[in-house]
Amino acid sequence: MQPVIPIIILALPLAMFLVLGLFGNKMSHRLAGVLGTAGMGVTMVLAYITAFTYFFSGSGEFYDAETHTRLQSVIFNHDWLAFTDNLVIRLGFLLDPISALMLVVITTISFMVHLYSNGYMRDHHGVWEKGFQRFYAFLSLFSFSMLGLVVATNIFQMYMFWELVGASSYLLIGFYYTKPSAVSASKKAFIVTRFADLGFLLGILVLSFYTGTFNFTDLTSTEVADGVYRISEGTAEGIKNIFATSAAPVFMGGSVLTWALVLIFMGGMGKSAMMPLHIWLPDAMEGPTPVSALIHAATMVVAGVYLVARLFPLYLMETAAMDIIVVVGALTALYAAMVACTQIDIKRVLAFSTISQIAFMMVSLGVARPEFHHGLGYMAGMFHLFTHAMFKALLFLCAGALIHAIGSNDYTAMHGLRKHMPVTHITFLIGCLAIAGIIPFAGFFSKDEILTATLGHSTLWYVWMSAVAGLTAFYMFRLYYLIFWWKEHKVPQGHHAPHDQPWTMTLPLVILAVVSCFAGFVPMGNLVTWNGHEMFDNVSFFTNLGALDWSVASISLLVAIAAIALATVMYKKENPLPSKMKNALPNLWRWCHHRFYWDELYMFITHKIIFGCISKPIAWFDRHIVDGTMDAFATMTQKASYAIRSLQSGNIQMYVWFYLIGALLLGAITAICLM
Amino acid sequence: MFCCGVYGFITRRNMIAILISLELMLNSVDINFVVFNRFLFPGEMEGMFFSLFAIGLAAAETALAIAIIINVFRVSENIDVRDVTKMKF
Repeated sequence: MQPVIPIIILALPLAMFLVLGLFGNKMSHRLAGVLGTAGMGVTMVLAYITAFTYFFSGSGEFYDAETHTRLQSVIFNHDWLAFTDNLVIRLGFLLDPISALMLVVITTISFMVHLYSNGYMRDHHGVWEKGFQRFYAFLSLFSFSMLGLVVATNIFQMYMFWELVGASSYLLIGFYYTKPSAVSASKKAFIVTRFADLGFLLGILVLSFYTGTFNFTDLTSTEVADGVYRISEGTAEGIKNIFATSAAPVFMGGSVLTWALVLIFMGGMGKSAMMPLHIWLPDAMEGPTPVSALIHAATMVVAGVYLVARLFPLYLMETAAMDIIVVVGALTALYAAMVACTQIDIKRVLAFSTISQIAFMMVSLGVARPEFHHGLGYMAGMFHLFTHAMFKALLFLCAGALIHAIGSNDYTAMHGLRKHMPVTHITFLIGCLAIAGIIPFAGFFSKDEILTATLGHSTLWYVWMSAVAGLTAFYMFRLYYLIFWWKEHKVPQGHHAPHDQPWTMTLPLVILAVVSCFAGFVPMGNLVTWNGHEMFDNVSFFTNLGALDWSVASISLLVAIAAIALATVMYKKENPLPSKMKNALPNLWRWCHHRFYWDELYMFITHKIIFGCISKPIAWFDRHIVDGTMDAFATMTQKASYAIRSLQSGNIQMYVWFYLIGALLLGAITAICLM
Repeated sequence: MFCCGVYGFITRRNMIAILISLELMLNSVDINFVVFNRFLFPGEMEGMFFSLFAIGLAAAETALAIAIIINVFRVSENIDVRDVTKMKF
């Protein structure tokens, strides 16, 4: 494949960022919005062309027709910084199943959000939001960074773009920079993810120090031909040998490879908001809602999942690291689902739901083993990433439409909106059905694959994750009923009677809703697998339906329907049942409502322990010992000057007198010495 | 003669007297130049020229000093060095 289209895919959003960032204030709001949206639209089309070429070109550089295997292909790989022969940092474009999939996901959601923001970033009178052009510039910067991240050919390029998405996330969370809560939320997000990235960087250094390479193709595949690579089972035995022969250093009971992979996963935990580094994501909802849809639901937060998937053959060699991923993911999934049941702010419910769903993907990757259905978990994780991006972006954009109409994030201000906002109502319902896992919506298929993969690994985690899936259905329908049913406000809340939004906002909702209905039928098993082997021989529209393991699927369907029924009973009509339940389990409710006091724990650790016990003594030392020494020097000089300053009287005759006596004395001394 | 000049420069309070003492010192140095030139290097002329040069500079310096003294007198009606403290910090 010629590198022209891939280069444009990366260059166009960057160019849009520069144009809108530098000249945005000189152009009208409408032009800036149209320009940003059009740029993203072109990028989306080009990304589709690239992905379709990759998946459907038949035999060639992307596909080995004899073994039905998709290959990794380096489109271009430019030496960017060459420090030494080994230490070369490259910028390139790697096309393989997951990067092609991510190209489609990112550009689709990004385009929808660009389009949607044209309507969202104006108030009811059509007055543009302050900083509208800046908003579009940052959106373009984010799209560029995220695209650069997923097509990275080496782990260092990935790290650079990883930081860039972190920076653009920071800028967009703090978009309303006059609001103190938004400012502190952006700082929190940046600091927490930076802290996690410290682990990522250490992992990169350890890994590249022992292997001598940054390249993903060297780390995870056996070379096939010039620029084309294949991932095979027992992959990278060479890497393992490197680790084995480099004196097999063992640190605190883990091999170097285990430590490198766990540290790299720590970076993924920060970005993907896994417990205990999840605290930034709920606060990140202070940003504009389209940003939450794009960055904090669909694309950036799944970067951690993508990272694990990218290094999957390495993780396969260290099952200890995989087990850590499963445990972290499972705990996070349950935690986030429980918290989501008690939140009042609709965006926070969706944020915790996002955390929970990403944890599903993590668990899915963690339980994937080649022995079981050719690594079903890997495929399921990426499939869920794809479907989740679609329906979660849909849910967030619906939430944005609601917030825009009502002027509050609080569901108590909404209640009974189904007649006022029919389009939003239907699309939100589709999103809820998709995330709850009701056949035939998107989430059903991907979640079912995850549960099947988990069952193949261990029954405990299967039961656990099924329970979380039930909770998911429950809290989503609780949210749905509380927004659109419950009771109707006599006096409409908000500026005026709520109604559906302009077409720029409803069109993305409808498109994403349609995608959420049908995304489940994409034969992902043939497109994205860990080693590129196709799972099915013949593909049709009903491939996924035919491949279902009905013993698992029927149970998950039953759980979801039961949970929805419970939510219907509790929340459809105004009734005292929810408060009764809350009073029956007051402690559990309080802990869930306060997110299990994680934020307070962090506050305690940072303020009381780090600031109080470490920073304060150091500050005292600085102020009194270091500064004190300097002050003493100054004071001594000053005192001495005061003492001798009367000598400088300005009286020249006095000076001459001193001079004369001095000269005579010197003469006398010289004379004595010479004698 | 030089010591007379030094004594006068240190002890007198009147600016004119100080100036005169200064001239005394200068002239004594000039005489020294001429005399030592005559006795030590009879054929050379550098000492002579140096004293001529010094006399010329002394004339200019005297004119400058007198001008300053006159200005000081205009301001403070007094030419005693101990009383010229107006510009002191």
